[in-house]
Amino acid sequence: MAFNGHQCDDESIDEDETPTKQPRSNKEMPGCFINEPKNEAAASAGRATSDRRTSNSTARQRSDSVKKTRPPFPWFGMDIGGTLVKLVYFEPKDITAEEEQEEVENLKSIRRYLTSNTAYGKTGIRDVHLELQDLTLCGRTGNLHFIRFPTHDLPAFLQMGRNKHFSSLHTTLCATGGGAYKFEADFRTMADLQLHKLDELDCLIRGVLYIDSVVSSGPSECYYFENPTDPDRCIQRPYTLENPYPLLLVNIGSGVSILAVYSESNYKRVTGTSLGGGTFLGLCCLLTGCSTFEEALEMASQGESTRVDKLVRDIYGGDYERFGLPGWAVASSFGNMMSKDKRESVSKEDLARATLVTITNNIGSITRMCALNENIERVVFVGNFLRVNTLSMKLLAYAMDYWSKGQLKALFLQHEGYFGAVGALLELLHPS
Amino acid sequence: WMLIGRRGARTGHTMDKSITLPPDEIFRNLENAKRFAIDIGGSLTKLAYYSTVQHKVAKVRSFDHTTKATGDNLYEISVQEEVTARLHFIKFENAYIETCLDFVKDHLVNTETKVIKATGGGAHKFKELIERKLGLKVDKEDEMTCLIKGCNFVLRNIPHEAFVYAKHADSEFRFQTTQPDIFPYLLVNIGSGVSIVKVESEDKFERIGGSSIGGGTFWGLGALLTKTKRFDELLQLASKGQHTSVDMLVKDIYGGSYGSLGLTGDLIASSFGKSATADKEFSKEDMAKSLLHMISNDIGQLACLYAKLHNLSRVYFGGFFIRGHPVTMHTITYSINFFTKGEVQALFLRHEGYLGAIGAFLKGAEEDNPNQYSWGENYAGSSGLMSVSPDMNPMQRARSGTFDMLEMDRLEGKLVNLPLLQDASSYIPDTVDLTEDAHAREYWLYCFEEALDGVVKRAVASQPDMPEAAERAEKFRQKYRHKLQTLRHQPFAYGSLTVRSLLDTREHCLNEFNFPDPYSKIKQRENDMALKYYQKAVKCLDELSWEERQYALVRGVLAGNVFDWGAKAVSDVLESDPEFGFEQAKRQLEERPWLVDSYDQWFERLKGPPHKCAMFFVDNSGVDIILGVMPFVRELLSRGTEVVLASNSGPALNDVTNGELQILTESIAAMDPVIQAGLREDRLTLVQSGSSSPCLDLSRLDKVLAMVVRERKTDLVIIEGMGRAIHTNYYAMLRCESLKMAVIKNSWLADRLGGKLFSVVFKYEVPAPSQHSAALTPS
Repeated sequence: MAFNGHQCDDESIDEDETPTKQPRSNKEMPGCFINEPKNEAAASAGRATSDRRTSNSTARQRSDSVKKTRPPFPWFGMDIGGTLVKLVYFEPKDITAEEEQEEVENLKSIRRYLTSNTAYGKTGIRDVHLELQDLTLCGRTGNLHFIRFPTHDLPAFLQMGRNKHFSSLHTTLCATGGGAYKFEADFRTMADLQLHKLDELDCLIRGVLYIDSVVSSGPSECYYFENPTDPDRCIQRPYTLENPYPLLLVNIGSGVSILAVYSESNYKRVTGTSLGGGTFLGLCCLLTGCSTFEEALEMASQGESTRVDKLVRDIYGGDYERFGLPGWAVASSFGNMMSKDKRESVSKEDLARATLVTITNNIGSITRMCALNENIERVVFVGNFLRVNTLSMKLLAYAMDYWSKGQLKALFLQHEGYFGAVGALLELLHPS
Repeated sequence: WMLIGRRGARTGHTMDKSITLPPDEIFRNLENAKRFAIDIGGSLTKLAYYSTVQHKVAKVRSFDHTTKATGDNLYEISVQEEVTARLHFIKFENAYIETCLDFVKDHLVNTETKVIKATGGGAHKFKELIERKLGLKVDKEDEMTCLIKGCNFVLRNIPHEAFVYAKHADSEFRFQTTQPDIFPYLLVNIGSGVSIVKVESEDKFERIGGSSIGGGTFWGLGALLTKTKRFDELLQLASKGQHTSVDMLVKDIYGGSYGSLGLTGDLIASSFGKSATADKEFSKEDMAKSLLHMISNDIGQLACLYAKLHNLSRVYFGGFFIRGHPVTMHTITYSINFFTKGEVQALFLRHEGYLGAIGAFLKGAEEDNPNQYSWGENYAGSSGLMSVSPDMNPMQRARSGTFDMLEMDRLEGKLVNLPLLQDASSYIPDTVDLTEDAHAREYWLYCFEEALDGVVKRAVASQPDMPEAAERAEKFRQKYRHKLQTLRHQPFAYGSLTVRSLLDTREHCLNEFNFPDPYSKIKQRENDMALKYYQKAVKCLDELSWEERQYALVRGVLAGNVFDWGAKAVSDVLESDPEFGFEQAKRQLEERPWLVDSYDQWFERLKGPPHKCAMFFVDNSGVDIILGVMPFVRELLSRGTEVVLASNSGPALNDVTNGELQILTESIAAMDPVIQAGLREDRLTLVQSGSSSPCLDLSRLDKVLAMVVRERKTDLVIIEGMGRAIHTNYYAMLRCESLKMAVIKNSWLADRLGGKLFSVVFKYEVPAPSQHSAALTPS
């Protein structure tokens, strides 16, 4: 089979498609993707007719226009951050026999490799629990996969791309994040791939809005914590982001960006802080000798930050009533570590916990100030710092609620760190 | 929060009793001390007390000519004891607290004192010790309240208290002029944590926020990361490190800048982002630097967010994290600039370490109503701001075991702005800031050092009946020379260094050693002599045509102004030729056109309607005031203009004091019906300026003077002399007509202004009409 014979036949492949199964859910990108049942009907009706033929069906026309702009497979969206590379991959499940026959081997091999494994190399991981099944994208139905690996392993990834002759597919690789710029030349020289670079904040917002709109079965994409100030009664609850604007979007990656979003296209970066996930992990590595985020989180979950931090009650014996400061509030992060004795008596777990609490509370504090300055009451926290990090999420939920006296609501999304990559994929399918 | 961790104090130090305290230098005036306050922080203790200082003042008194013949002298000079109030603040390491308390107890005479106000994190810990040692009851005051009270006090009373720090500028410290209204402001106190306080008025303040990431985080986390125990050692490490090896920068992620957001490549994207690896070693210096940046940026960011939310533009930073450390002042300044895009400046305070102690003291002194007075920093008794930068001050480490002092004198009444200042908030009295102008600084420091011998000689000569005067004068010499040396190394020690501050420091030092008025006898002699020529001078003037007379009057003021013992070029002449007279002085004057010459405009103005009221800030005794100024005043009175003569409240060089001028005016009135009528009809008034300086700060004037300016609808301000019209106020903009007259009696200065020795400055200014119509502002 010719390496490169098929991308130009894309439309005819589509034309001949026969959906192999009914989608479980009706997932669409608003205003962009065609209505599935109608499309299906139209596709059946139009069978064996030339795709360019006129059709009386409006849906048909829309279907045509989608096909015209539909890029060839494979469909990837990539977000190359300071610490992690996030990759989303759309696996078409509606491939017809004919299509399959004509599919180049490279494409098949990539699909098989990605979908049959959950780990890649030593560090690549597919977050299976996040997979979105039966998603319809640009008229194609399939599963959306979520994969991540450390940015420092990008060379290995490029090598793999080279080995699998990825470049022969002549696909456009949409990438965002700083690495899209930093590694652009490496993609070209090492894997013969041309990156289509995208702004990370544009992608992030697009990704968040899209995922929230398409997830309708399974656990709710957006959730919050009920009774955040009462540990015993604090439970996760679904939240409907029906009318999301304005919202404050806080993306906690290696560093933190805070965006005020007024509509899909109208947003601004309010501020950012360098005290983010990278700081948590970096400090934990230095303080405890750990080397992974999971390790650091595990230690944090077993530690006690109050041995490390100086609390208001450590100074005042109780609440500082004059200023309404409760005794349990942290007066000085790592404040107890000024004393030699206390430095010697704390455990690595305590230090990890204190680092987590310090970074998290600080993000909460800056976020709260931004929300006040921008007059926004809803805050959505995303980013991989929150991955498997319920501790931080509950802390953020608590801090937002407590210090705003219930005015601010902290919201979280299941797909935490993947929105930039999703946004990049959407850009591939539907250039904005 | 604002509290320094006391752990350091509890475990870090042992009591040090080996130190012996020199009683004349450290805890001065203890015998009269009452009202104590103490602020004990994590490592430093600040003791405050109110005391009275008895010192000599020169008084003049008119002789009663009816009873006895008294020779030639118009008035007698008597040296009297005067008691003035002074606030003492002493800062020392907690290690010396016991020694210091013992010392205080031993020297305490006043037994009426029953309580000591206490604040700071350590107050609780040392409560028992203080009560036992001093026999005073410890009365705890809220820390934040004390801090704010102290902050208000220094902002109001100490000129050049606040400064902007600019590491790479020619002068590191850019001092701010005292604002007429200090409120509202934000105080960001960086102790072990951070407190952000919004202050709206003397009594209204609110802690609007804070952060747990503060000095304690830097110290605690820094100690864990670098195994370095001391806070200042951590700062030292940080100043030597490179944060880029530890932090993940924007360019580490992007390969360059993030252009669309305007984030440059060198920005920190993730603090400690590069240390997330187990197999790499990082240097202590680099980690400390990264930590410093992380914490400073974070605090700066929060401060900006709060400032924005509350719409405040004045943000002061304090707390042990800041306390004079150039490293942290720089990083905080950088952060504020970054986050506000330069819209907000980070401000620091010279006496930041004393705020708590000052506030606690003020709480205890509320019944004395200290806020009804103005207070002035005593340059002789205060240590000044020391740089802790090892490059600038290698003695810093040795100094950490010593004592830092602040002394403030209670001034007569309250000092206020001249209501006629065009913009009180931007008024800067001094013409040249010597902290910024290194060349000028060099010259003036040299000049004052050169003149020191003469001043010492004059001081001794002024007290011929006192045998120990020579010894005291020698002490004065040492003290002032030491101040000059300090200022050579730390020009910013007392705020902006100016000719005025050098002159004032000299006056403070002279007073300190009981030389209240070294020129009193000279002034007396010259006044007596000049009075003899008064009638003749007036007669000569009266014979001139109106046109000629106006010019002669101006020349008279200028020639009189040549008689200035403060100017070395002149004092040399006066020393060597005591017969040097008015006519000779006139010959010395530059011919027109003068260096600055708006005489023609002035002359044109005189043809118009008379001024309503002229305020005349006078200069020297003798020929200047009597033969120069008084005939000029006489002419103004004759034109129908009311005249207010403003003279110094206390002595400075040979400047005429209000006390002397009272006597002189009466005596002239006895010879001159015009002056007499003026006094009788209250069209000629004398007021004191509120100052004892050879220079003039129009933002700190006696309240009565300001009242008179308003009541009389003053529409002309005349400022005479080099100190008042050249060194200061040369650029001062007023809302009424002004006339600045001086003879430049210093060749260096003349050279700089493009003239020569005895060049004349005659600067007549009329404000732009639009501003002229503006109403007087309340002071």
